[in-house]
Amino acid sequence: MFFEGKKKLAAVLAATMVMGGVLAGCGSSSNSNEIKVGANFELTGNVANYGAASMRGFKLAIKEINDAGGVNGKKIVIAEADNKSEASEAVNAATKLISDDGAKVIVGPAVTANVIAESQVATENKIPVLAPDATSPDVTVENGKVKPFIFRSCFIDPQQGTVMAKFASENLKAKTAVVYYDNSSDYSKSLAKVFQEKFEAAGGKVLMQEAFVAKDQDFKATLTKLKDANADIMFVPAYYEEVGKIVKQARELGMNMPILGTDGWDDKKVADIAGADALNNTYFSTHYSDKDESVKPFVDAYQKEYGEMPNVFAALGYDAGKLLADAIKRAGSDDPEKIRDALEQTKDLQVGTGTITMDKFHNPIKQAVILQNKDGDRVMVAKIMPEAE
Amino acid sequence: MKYLRINDLKMLALAMVIFAVLQLLITGHIMSSFWQLNLIIIGINVIMSVSLNLINGYTGQFSLGHAGFMAVGAYVSIVLTTNFQVPFFFAILAGAIAAGILGFLIGIPTLRLRGDYLAIATLGMSEIIRICIMNIQYVGGAAGFKGIPHHTTFAWVFFFMLFTLFFIKNFVNSTDGRACLAIRENEIAAESMGINTTKYKIMAFTIGASFAGVAGALFGHAFYLVSPNSFTFMQSFNYLIMVVLGGLGSITGSIAGAFVVTFISAALASWPEFRMIIYALALILMMFYRPQGLFGYMEVTNTALFRKFLSKPAVKTATDNSEKGGSANG
Amino acid sequence: MDLLTQIVQQLINGISLGSIYALIALGYTMIYGIIKLINFAHGDIYMVGAYIGFFAITQAHLSIVPALLISLVTTGFLGMVVERLAYKPLRHAPRISVLITAIGVSFFLEYTSMYFVSPTPRTFPAVFGDVAVNIGDIVINGQQLLIFGITAVLMVVLTYIVQRTKLGKAMRAASYDTETAQLMGIDSDRIISFTFGIGSALAAVAGVLVGIYYNSIDPLMGIMPGMKAFVAAVLGGIGILPGAVLGGLILGIVEALVSGFISSTFRDAAAFAILIIVLLVKPTGLFGKNTKEKV
Repeated sequence: MFFEGKKKLAAVLAATMVMGGVLAGCGSSSNSNEIKVGANFELTGNVANYGAASMRGFKLAIKEINDAGGVNGKKIVIAEADNKSEASEAVNAATKLISDDGAKVIVGPAVTANVIAESQVATENKIPVLAPDATSPDVTVENGKVKPFIFRSCFIDPQQGTVMAKFASENLKAKTAVVYYDNSSDYSKSLAKVFQEKFEAAGGKVLMQEAFVAKDQDFKATLTKLKDANADIMFVPAYYEEVGKIVKQARELGMNMPILGTDGWDDKKVADIAGADALNNTYFSTHYSDKDESVKPFVDAYQKEYGEMPNVFAALGYDAGKLLADAIKRAGSDDPEKIRDALEQTKDLQVGTGTITMDKFHNPIKQAVILQNKDGDRVMVAKIMPEAE
Repeated sequence: MKYLRINDLKMLALAMVIFAVLQLLITGHIMSSFWQLNLIIIGINVIMSVSLNLINGYTGQFSLGHAGFMAVGAYVSIVLTTNFQVPFFFAILAGAIAAGILGFLIGIPTLRLRGDYLAIATLGMSEIIRICIMNIQYVGGAAGFKGIPHHTTFAWVFFFMLFTLFFIKNFVNSTDGRACLAIRENEIAAESMGINTTKYKIMAFTIGASFAGVAGALFGHAFYLVSPNSFTFMQSFNYLIMVVLGGLGSITGSIAGAFVVTFISAALASWPEFRMIIYALALILMMFYRPQGLFGYMEVTNTALFRKFLSKPAVKTATDNSEKGGSANG
Repeated sequence: MDLLTQIVQQLINGISLGSIYALIALGYTMIYGIIKLINFAHGDIYMVGAYIGFFAITQAHLSIVPALLISLVTTGFLGMVVERLAYKPLRHAPRISVLITAIGVSFFLEYTSMYFVSPTPRTFPAVFGDVAVNIGDIVINGQQLLIFGITAVLMVVLTYIVQRTKLGKAMRAASYDTETAQLMGIDSDRIISFTFGIGSALAAVAGVLVGIYYNSIDPLMGIMPGMKAFVAAVLGGIGILPGAVLGGLILGIVEALVSGFISSTFRDAAAFAILIIVLLVKPTGLFGKNTKEKV
């Protein structure tokens, strides 16, 4: 017969898989005392460290809310899905959360492209999406029209790019700049573009734009080229892992100019990788200063839960959790459309890292701060309140 | 030949029954949309693995760059449908032709290489394709191409899959296909028998690449956004895994491989921390117990179980089956 | 800075990057040489080596030399265990099945590590002071010199072992024809196991050095360097030790020059393009011997 000897084992294995699949397929149960929330994050693949950090922050927020009695007397239950850091898998994961797990709202993914891919399936099913970390304007707006079901809880690229360009030309009196960005990230690319526009509008000149690809280890070749341009400052809108290495290697090559960055820098790892000395004379914009009294409860709770300092992804994941819980509370039910309406009406809500008001483009109006790295410590040099639109 | 046709008709009837059942499950909303989507992914993966099998399994050329051709098919077709409003069918065709031409052009120089050297060269080619796409701003660069119309439905995938299976099965059983098998068994011997090995290697490579283009076009129109990230060498590995898991040189095996791999991944979706660990262990264990893959060189039509159902009435079909088995075994 | 100093600086950057590729490629090429397996798990063994070194320094508070030794020995042992458990049972299976097993092992190492140490990158503590040598405008980092030196020394030592010792003779014999070697009284299984040990230990050295040099390690750090090292090994002629080092250096220099004078986004494409061009001119790599195939 077909399955003989060793084939039996393979057959058993395959059968187990089928059973597992069927069970997973039937796993969705609805409980009236629970509110199902989907979390679609990058848990494996090349940006797993960002997705996983956001997931941790998000889980902490939900845990705190459930410990305090949940919302409207119901517990929030998280259904997890991994999108393998890939757009098509993000769609797959979102579909699973909606159809098999019965999620009423989805949080995540972390990366812009994955959120955009997911947005269509969520819109078709009328399930709201709250993206904690996706900063590109395209996430919530398509062809000038706001996507009704897509929200975010972080500020958008133009805001940060503008802030840093202004800071470079006004506070640092820089006339020339070089930009070194991550070619594989939407976030980095659009920040580089905005920075150049605003910096040149303020009378400066961007002498050179160079790109790297995420996960690079060695930046010296391109840095050697950038060094040659002899600019007043270098702008590096990128994530912490590469930033640490870039700053370290730039200083090793004798590039002593101020280096500027954005909220992707907001992780203690930058200091660990680059070293406190190398990191002197660098500035970056972010969402909060951990010396701020109002942020302390979050930082302490995170440290207690996970034994490490939160980074920016964790903080934004946490904010998303709080924002979502508030919206569900105001919606008064777990009806996705009511949650959507409530998300849209978010106003002056205190979350972990500041206060949030949702604007008409589904982008939160949020404060930004500029921090300076100084001898292993961070000093706040500016606090920028959002401009009302 | 005429017996083969009877068998084909039977298979076609079986396929139609399967299609009808699945389509009913979908339209009746009995199957959740998650499994519907995975059905589409399985279909695309079947096209990928069967076409890779033609190169790796039947012709014995170790290609590790299949995802690159898929990328070409995907990007060509999505640009045509999104920016030029070309009908979906013609966009798929264009994707297939573009990938085929590229496969032909790449095949001419690289197929002189053998074994692992060919593997790394094809892998390099597919990475070069991906990096080039990443640097073309017109198609969105690294961030991906957004706003693709959602054309891919289960029916599209199923019928293209059927066509792929039919085409490759017939190719393998044709004179050209047998030349490919001879190359797999022993290239030098085949050459001394008067087979133009370069021609057949390039032929297999081109056909494989164009079907990868078809799969890419279907893939592109299923997800609204396509990014170069979806076509890394890890993806090529994934398709290779499907082929080897099912059995090099078995079309049935490739179907099974695509099914099993997609299924494991989907079924384990609720346990993200362990998904890859379990997948890795399953892979190692399967190779231990079935190093030749689930089906080896076998086709479903050769198995005793299947023959019992399909070939009862005619003795002729039984002999036909054994003949087919003989050819597949080289 | 004039063009000449730029070029010299880029060459230095390239050589230091290439030394790392070379170090990983040495292990790759040794393992390939003996059982003709593209060991895709090699990059992940390198990652495990880096983590063992990291924990030895941060948790056990060892200094760099003992930490390096611990990492070297444990990782070498891990390599042997992997060979014994995953590859040995498949010695007579088709080569492609072993390759799939190697991919499986690679996934397994990546994601079990990720489960235990979390995907967040860890920062390696600074164990050497920053010493920089300045010659005019050109900067050479102390660690760059160290990595280059270690790679060169290891290549010489390995070549000595393979060419001059009895063990090396057995390795060459087993590589040439495992079964005949066995008939001549060589315990091929032991030799293969030993080769995996040495190869993995080399990967561990590379892992720890990279950890020190770039200061950061994560569970997926092995994928790209592993792939590049394989390219380097093939470029030089797979199975040949000096070839691996030369391949690594060429790759590093090409990448540095492309990043420096064209754009780093085309860097990997250029690396693969060089590989393909070399293979088309010389199908067995730069130092590879042409073996005649018989029917």
